[in-house]
Amino acid sequence: MRITCPHCGPRDLIEFTVLGEARTRPAVAVEDLDSPAAVDAFAAYVYDRANPAGIHREHWFHGFGCQTWLVVTRDTLNHAVLAVADVREERP
Amino acid sequence: MSGFRLARGGLIDRSRPLSFRFDGRSLSGFAGDTLASALIANGVSTVGRSFKLHRPRGILGAGAEEPNALVELRSGDRREPNVKATVAELYDGLDASSQNRWPSLRFDLLAVNGLLKPVFAAGFYYKTFMWPAAFWEKVYEPLIRRAAGLGRASGLPDPDRYERVFAACDLLVVGGGPAGLMATLTAGRAGADVILVDEDHRPGGRLLADGVSAGGMDGPALAAQLVGEIRSLPNVRVLSRTTAAAAFDHGTFIAVERVADHLPLPQPEMPRQRVWEIVAERTVLATGASERPLVFADNDRPGVMLAGGVSQYVNRHAVSPGRRVVVATATDAGWATARDLVRAGVNVAAVVDARGSAPRGFEDVAAEVAVFPAARVDRTLGRGKVEAVAIAQAGGTVEVPADLVAVSGGFNPAIQLISHFGVRPTWEPAIGGFVIGGPVHGIHPAGAAAGRYDLAACLADGARAAVAALSEIGRTAAMPDLPSIEPGPHAAGTAFWKPGTLRPGRAFVDLQHDVTAADVDLAHREGYVSVEHLKRYTTLGMATDQGRTSNVDGLAIMAALRGLPIADAGVTLSRPPVVPLSIGAVAGARTGHHFRPTRLTPIHAWAEEQGAVFVDTGQWKRPQYFPRPGETSWLDTVNREVMAVRSGVGVTDVSTLGKIEIHGPDAAAFLDRVYANRPSRIPVGRSRYALMLREDGFVMDDGTVARFAEDRFAASVSTAHAAAVWRHMLFCQQVLWPDLDVSLAAVTDVWAQFAIAGPKSARVVAALVDDGDPVSRESFGPMTARELTVCGGISARLAAVSFSGERAFELAVPASAGDAVVRRIMRAGDEHGIVAYGTEAMAVMRIEKGHPAGAELNGQTTAHDLGFAKMLARDKDHVGRVLSQRPALNDPARPRLVGLKPVDPSTPLKGGAHVLPAGAAATADNDQGWVTSSAYSPTLASHIALALVTRGPERHGEVVQVWDGIRGSVVQATIAAPCHLDPEGERLHAG
Amino acid sequence: MTFSAFALLKNAISGQTGWRPHWRKAEPKPHYDVIVIGGGGHGLATAYYLAKHYGVSNVAVLEKGWIGSGNAGRNTTIIRSNYLLSGNIPFYELSMKLWEGLEQDFNFNAMVSQRGVLNLYHSDAQRDAYVRRGNAMRLHGVDAELLSRDEVRRMAPYLDFDNARFPIQGGLLQRRGGTARHDAVVWGYARGADARGVDIIENCEVLGLRIEGGQVAGVETTRGVIGAKKVGMAVAGNASRVAAMAGLTLPIESYVLQAFVTEGIKPLVDGVITFGAGHFYISQSDKGGLVFGGDLDPFPSYAQRGSLATFTDVAECGMAMMPMLGRLKILRSWGGIMDMSMDGSPIIDRTPVDGLFLNAGWCYGGFKATPASGLTFAHLLATGDLHPAAMAYRLDRFASGTVIDEKGVGATPNLH
Repeated sequence: MRITCPHCGPRDLIEFTVLGEARTRPAVAVEDLDSPAAVDAFAAYVYDRANPAGIHREHWFHGFGCQTWLVVTRDTLNHAVLAVADVREERP
Repeated sequence: MSGFRLARGGLIDRSRPLSFRFDGRSLSGFAGDTLASALIANGVSTVGRSFKLHRPRGILGAGAEEPNALVELRSGDRREPNVKATVAELYDGLDASSQNRWPSLRFDLLAVNGLLKPVFAAGFYYKTFMWPAAFWEKVYEPLIRRAAGLGRASGLPDPDRYERVFAACDLLVVGGGPAGLMATLTAGRAGADVILVDEDHRPGGRLLADGVSAGGMDGPALAAQLVGEIRSLPNVRVLSRTTAAAAFDHGTFIAVERVADHLPLPQPEMPRQRVWEIVAERTVLATGASERPLVFADNDRPGVMLAGGVSQYVNRHAVSPGRRVVVATATDAGWATARDLVRAGVNVAAVVDARGSAPRGFEDVAAEVAVFPAARVDRTLGRGKVEAVAIAQAGGTVEVPADLVAVSGGFNPAIQLISHFGVRPTWEPAIGGFVIGGPVHGIHPAGAAAGRYDLAACLADGARAAVAALSEIGRTAAMPDLPSIEPGPHAAGTAFWKPGTLRPGRAFVDLQHDVTAADVDLAHREGYVSVEHLKRYTTLGMATDQGRTSNVDGLAIMAALRGLPIADAGVTLSRPPVVPLSIGAVAGARTGHHFRPTRLTPIHAWAEEQGAVFVDTGQWKRPQYFPRPGETSWLDTVNREVMAVRSGVGVTDVSTLGKIEIHGPDAAAFLDRVYANRPSRIPVGRSRYALMLREDGFVMDDGTVARFAEDRFAASVSTAHAAAVWRHMLFCQQVLWPDLDVSLAAVTDVWAQFAIAGPKSARVVAALVDDGDPVSRESFGPMTARELTVCGGISARLAAVSFSGERAFELAVPASAGDAVVRRIMRAGDEHGIVAYGTEAMAVMRIEKGHPAGAELNGQTTAHDLGFAKMLARDKDHVGRVLSQRPALNDPARPRLVGLKPVDPSTPLKGGAHVLPAGAAATADNDQGWVTSSAYSPTLASHIALALVTRGPERHGEVVQVWDGIRGSVVQATIAAPCHLDPEGERLHAG
Repeated sequence: MTFSAFALLKNAISGQTGWRPHWRKAEPKPHYDVIVIGGGGHGLATAYYLAKHYGVSNVAVLEKGWIGSGNAGRNTTIIRSNYLLSGNIPFYELSMKLWEGLEQDFNFNAMVSQRGVLNLYHSDAQRDAYVRRGNAMRLHGVDAELLSRDEVRRMAPYLDFDNARFPIQGGLLQRRGGTARHDAVVWGYARGADARGVDIIENCEVLGLRIEGGQVAGVETTRGVIGAKKVGMAVAGNASRVAAMAGLTLPIESYVLQAFVTEGIKPLVDGVITFGAGHFYISQSDKGGLVFGGDLDPFPSYAQRGSLATFTDVAECGMAMMPMLGRLKILRSWGGIMDMSMDGSPIIDRTPVDGLFLNAGWCYGGFKATPASGLTFAHLLATGDLHPAAMAYRLDRFASGTVIDEKGVGATPNLH
């Protein structure tokens, strides 16, 4: 598998660490951190995965490269890579 | 089969005779022979025994699809089982043995299995060997295992070297036959970077084997002309003896180059094999096609050979596998073989064509041989090898004496590399084979691999594929002029065994696995009708040729039994690799000590000089202890090191700790989100213990954070977690909180770091620090952290942090200065009796102090478990903040950190022992925890331990059993606080 | 016909004419008491035990392809119960006990072979972790032995003892562990379930779930709508996709695990051996091939094929552990889809939809679990209650934090 890092160019899989689905950490006000809603939101954030057979946005880390976290959009059925972006640049 | 060397011709070098041995017999061949062609030249007909029935088997073909002629090559630690004699190049002194026979190839006791064939039907073993149950492992299975398998492994470490290299290209061409050569030339002339891989030592493919002519040249001459120009192109690399073995995503392939397999031994510094990892923009798959045998009774008798193989032996190797030949064919290729034999002066007794009449273009052959149109071979006859062939035709059956049957049942395009992507081929009736329609994953099939068997078509198709592939990446290539060739008659047909119409007998479909047409029939009767069930139930197609010679016949029979067209019956997919691939070659040079990198700290050389014993910590080598003369065990040494630190001063190497710098206006805010406590409250010039959680609320790591300026911190991270914590911090910075203005730098390798510990440590440190910077307890008390210089201007970071519980300092200096500084430390400490200590003494002291480390920070523990619940700041968000507060993570019944002391201090407590209530039985219900870390404490003259125990903090003083059933010990021990020594921390303030 | 040596001989004489299909090619009926989605080992075992132990035989097993086409036929065939945590040990030991009587129970030789599973350790910390595990096993009545380096050497002299980057210090041995013939397990359960009236319906893909008023009513398939009182999902490699049909999001992410087999060779490796300084495990099949595997491919995938990085890593680990592998040849490799749960342990539980039950998240441990998974899922489907040996496999354990995390890596599925 080859990933075209926006900073480094096309690189082999072995340079990367894959975290899995790119999920969004819940934003909860400090005073609500112990609320059941916050616990539910964080539990869903930490444990639940859409796990689609198809297009999937993922967090990848280019550790043997530019030390950048990337959002890699791939097709889990055929491994086609549709987009790669620096997580700070990427807007879903 | 009674083969012999032809007097003339071939691509062998008759001036270079080679001697070799087969089953101990001395034989000879010529340079240019394969082992198979040399065996044929010597009249050897039987070369092995089949897998299950141990029937004698000869050579079926001349290529990598060979299912029969497998041998053990070489001896001793270089013995390689299951080598295909058909692709093993002959070298002087080659030593090969037949396999899967005992005591000898000629007389094999297990040939009795052949008589049991009625019992040994497909899947028979699923129906028996079940009683009594205990007999399986003791009786049945050992017998089966001994009988199964093919060759013998050496059982010894492989003495040869392997290497792995990388290459990239615009166009990868797989296969150096006519299509591949033309594709290479077309792309090469266009200036593209091309790599051509060809499995043979001499490019040309079927041009070297078939009796073709083109533009007045024979095949070898045409190949030489094409290769000549290809080799003149600087942008083309030709890799011979190289097989593209597997295709992966995005144009990545591995190919194995057999660098030294054709030599008696690799030359010095030469790898035996080399794996190429090739990244190609596009690929032309010119891998040819493999010929199918015909299924008829006793079609496994030595002397039945694929027609294409016969042609190759005659034309290229100048051997004839027989003296009197029957050709049985459903294709024009069989006729071409007959012509090759006739031209070579070999007696062709008959051509048996499943089709109606002699094909156009072979009138010359038909004029010279007996032709049996619309006929088929009914069976072979003979003792140990073919002596006659029974030919069935409308008028009845005739027996024709013959010692060789050349069979051609159609062709299977070699599309394995595309199958690796899970792409299912489609049945193409016109050629009677499975093909891949067009380019897939950037791979363009061409020539015979695309079902085009005629030479003119192959050449044109290779060029066409190269042009098409290059155009996809924006490159233009011109179609070359092609040699003028009469389009040849090359019609292919099929001649599958038809259920119920032929003699059932022993008509083999999978020769290596002894799967017969009757077995396919049985599988059908028992409901194993899906092609995958057929394969798995009968083992059809699972042999070392991965079904190249058997799959299509098998599924054609199944399709007929089910009354389905072949196209609807399904097809199994080829799995990587294309050819069996040495595990050593894939591993390359990463073997033995080079399996993984070895990381050495900046003061490794010094530690070695001190006689350190090293321990592996991840990839690091760390000094474990420093034995001195007279010490009889490691425990003596460790006790001495501990007592020296506790009573004086010691130094140890802590360079492996992860070090991360955090810099920027929002550095403090950032750390408050990363850590569960509040690094933002650390004053400049101080450091603090810091706890990091995972988002699920469990503990990730602990360490210290030092603040050197309002906007500048340095985090110290445990050695084991350094890489993961760095990645995690960047995740926090880039993904979670990109709006914070903070920069991170990983500086683990930048600093050499020492812990200088013991009541006299301040005196040693004072002697190092420049400008009389005081390190007194007033000016540099515990948890002070400062940047300063040591040893005359060496920039340094000094922190009064202690893992041992003693007054202690961690001193970091630039890695390049590490060696010099440690020597200065030793000199400065000399008058105070300084010792070097290792990880063992460090561990003893931290267990004495009850500090959690690896076994307690195992990813299963919470802050609550470790007694750190109060450190969790609840008035801010941080990673793990919300989920760490879940009741289940704070349940008092969870195993929680305690100290353990044996009732008898001289009795060891061992890591991994479980904790049971006093007097309780050893059952799961009574399991209350386990010992995480243990040591002998010379300070306390007692064995001690840390443990995680259910409700531990509520049970101090309780005597429990420390149960180590797996090592057969039970020790009574008392639960105590984790900190065994100096709970008030008074020692931190000494000196 | 009962399988036996006698039956074989009889058929040898009669030209193999006495054999019948091992399972009927059943046509779907309009309605069943229980539908099990997934004709793999777990689904077929569930149907078998439903019929045999719980008297529920109006059961259909729906399989989208051919039975055993998923992970049941793509694993490295290892069976063992050498687990660490109390949530897991009783379950896997139940499975081991079922393995030990399986062939006589379902009258099919699945070649259950208890030739031992040996886990190597290479450091003091690893030794302590294995001692903890071995002691936990023994407290649960499971066999476990700690071997010294010399004992390991006597058992497997061909391992790298003298030139290793990470020298072998010893091993944890479960003698009752071993291997079984994976396809035969599928066929044995299918034949046994079929004989007890279960309909095994192949080439029948579930396209949707019928849910009426919060209660499952049936399934929509490529072969029409089939009604059911209860539906059990046992679709490893597709759990998230099928659960999504009921609107459920699972704590699962799917990854490829590769497996490998060498050409057949004469007996060389007796039991199962696992490497402790990398991901690698190996055994030898009765046919003679060395069967081995290693780490997951690191990215989520539903493509049943592997990546080169893992292919290489597995070979490196193999050579590091067993340098004699150098001249042996990989014949074939393949990939299966592992439904990796967030704590590395499975789920056997009810769902928020009445009558809909979940059996999922087997990570790469599903094969050895087949008998116990079938039995405990059958228990749940028949009684509505969790089986005592599978009490810990609740779906809500993630939200509550009562996770069963053997490796201690948290909710990072590709590290389990």
